[in-house]
Amino acid sequence: MEEKLLQVKDLYLYFRTSQGAVQAVDGINFEMARDDALAVIGESGCGKTSLIRAILRLLPRNVHTYKGSVVLLDTDVMKLSEERFRTNVRWRRMSLVSQAAMNALNPVIRVGDQVSEPLVVHQGLSKRDALAQAAEVFRLVGVSTDFLSRYAFELSGGMRQRAIIAMALITKPELVILDEPTSALDMLTQANIMNVLKGIKRDLQQSFIFITHDVATTSELSDRGVVMYAGHIVEISSAEQFYLNPFHPYSQKLMASVPTLKVRKELEFIPGQPPSLLNPPTGCRFAERCHRRFDMCEQEPPMFALEDGRQVKCWLYK
Amino acid sequence: MQTQTLDTQNQPILEVNDLRQWFELRKFVFARAGYVRAVDGVSFRLPRGEALALVGESGSGKTTLARTILGLYKPTAGDVIFEGLSLSKLKHRKMREYRSNLGYVQQDPYGALPPFMSLRGILTEPMKINGIRDKAEQDRRIREVFEEVKLTPVDNYITKFPHMLSGGQQQRVVIARAMILRPKLIAADEPVSMLDASVRVEILRLLRRIQEEHNLAVIYITHDLSTVRYFSERIFIMYAAKTVEKAPVESLLEHHFHPYTQALLAAIPDPDPENAKRFRDIPPGEPPSLVNPPSGCRFHPRCPQSIDGLCEVDEPPEFEPLPGHTVECWLYK
Repeated sequence: MEEKLLQVKDLYLYFRTSQGAVQAVDGINFEMARDDALAVIGESGCGKTSLIRAILRLLPRNVHTYKGSVVLLDTDVMKLSEERFRTNVRWRRMSLVSQAAMNALNPVIRVGDQVSEPLVVHQGLSKRDALAQAAEVFRLVGVSTDFLSRYAFELSGGMRQRAIIAMALITKPELVILDEPTSALDMLTQANIMNVLKGIKRDLQQSFIFITHDVATTSELSDRGVVMYAGHIVEISSAEQFYLNPFHPYSQKLMASVPTLKVRKELEFIPGQPPSLLNPPTGCRFAERCHRRFDMCEQEPPMFALEDGRQVKCWLYK
Repeated sequence: MQTQTLDTQNQPILEVNDLRQWFELRKFVFARAGYVRAVDGVSFRLPRGEALALVGESGSGKTTLARTILGLYKPTAGDVIFEGLSLSKLKHRKMREYRSNLGYVQQDPYGALPPFMSLRGILTEPMKINGIRDKAEQDRRIREVFEEVKLTPVDNYITKFPHMLSGGQQQRVVIARAMILRPKLIAADEPVSMLDASVRVEILRLLRRIQEEHNLAVIYITHDLSTVRYFSERIFIMYAAKTVEKAPVESLLEHHFHPYTQALLAAIPDPDPENAKRFRDIPPGEPPSLVNPPSGCRFHPRCPQSIDGLCEVDEPPEFEPLPGHTVECWLYK
């Protein structure tokens, strides 16, 4: 058995609101091996970003429930004190390329100083050594080292995104989490960034969690697909299985709604809306919109592990 | 007699002739510092009932082109002719009448709807401005467009405010507002790029149905080439303020002539596990500045097939390698 890089068990994250608890992450279980690229796919509001917040302990103030375990190699990071987590784990072992990365750079600090900052803050390197390493990761992501002394506004969108990726890689973390890394970029720039990420995966055996609502882009960088719906994981399968023949009815419908350029197919959409996470249905959360619903769906299905390695949360695969 | 009816049928609803839209840049308030050439020599004819897709990267001029056609900017040069009427000659009142023939579907539905107005208010506004003052008529029209965009039962929605709706529903309201004056042409600027995959298909299908039922001409602006195949007849690829390739959709997907179009098509992934195993061939660099665009062909600095001594010197005219399929590239001389 391969060594597990990350094991997430029974992870819950609820937010407190004036109308009750929002069950954004509701009992999530998954694990990933080293050198694995995991694509977390789901529509807006399904809990993808909350899952990342839960793993990286980037919690807002209105947390209602936060429990479960997140084990990174041998460390249960949920048990660490905030101080230890901050100094030893966050950014050093798990880093984040955030959504809206275009605005994630500080406009009044030189790009090089920002990219090398994690080394100075987390590992106590001198500024000079940190900058030397920043130059190294800049070469890795394909930005000229001349830009180290520039400011964010002097960089194009694609270069800014590369700088953010460089910042996430500089501490040589075991896991890099990409939260919609390309959704604000143009097509060619997007393809370029994906090339960079593929290169890093190939050359450094970097592990990634890649979160997005854009199914087609995830296929560029994933070994496995994790589908989320209304705070739950509903399917985990290998990339082959997922992109060619998804099993969960929601995954199937989602795939059928993705327009394809090379072949013409009949596009479908899923009628209705995802349920409110304030008060989700007791049975299967997708049942209301499901084309294959039957009596069993009144009860919540467990995650069924199939022989071919898939996991599907649907009574059809009992 | 017969031929005459045919002629009016074939007459394009919209004609754009060598349209240029330059925005002046100023330095120290007065001194002229040059122009941003957002649209620089675009010509086409749009027949009634046809959906035309404008595809390009941000800053390629697609939104400016649409906004000029909508009469929101005064063209720097060239002309827009709508049903035989030249836009540059229209004065204030006539301009309002002209605009009532056009609907605009904006990109970000939440940003496009005033947050303090109920849906009834939002839909009544364009009618008030365009002289439909009869309350019963207003109400009848609102019901009609709400039925059309499937915001039913109508009474449940009419008193709501934009923030009470989901993204998909908000976009339906924007479409309803664009339709309320019964326009002949709709410009939809990235109507679905803010929406989730399954909602996206729903809204695009809705637009397509409305288009077919009312025989509308549609200008569909997008950066997402993969949706175009399903929702338009013709496609224009824009690069640096110019339409570098114009073709019927199927023709373009089969033969992509311009090296930029080729690069675009190569960059777009279909969901396929094989994608992770190969790198994509992407031209280096970024789109040029529109203040000082490159000489000759604007794509030549990034073009892998650039011809020395030609592409950087002379701007390529339009060539027609296939009937109805034109391309601005010297390779097809």
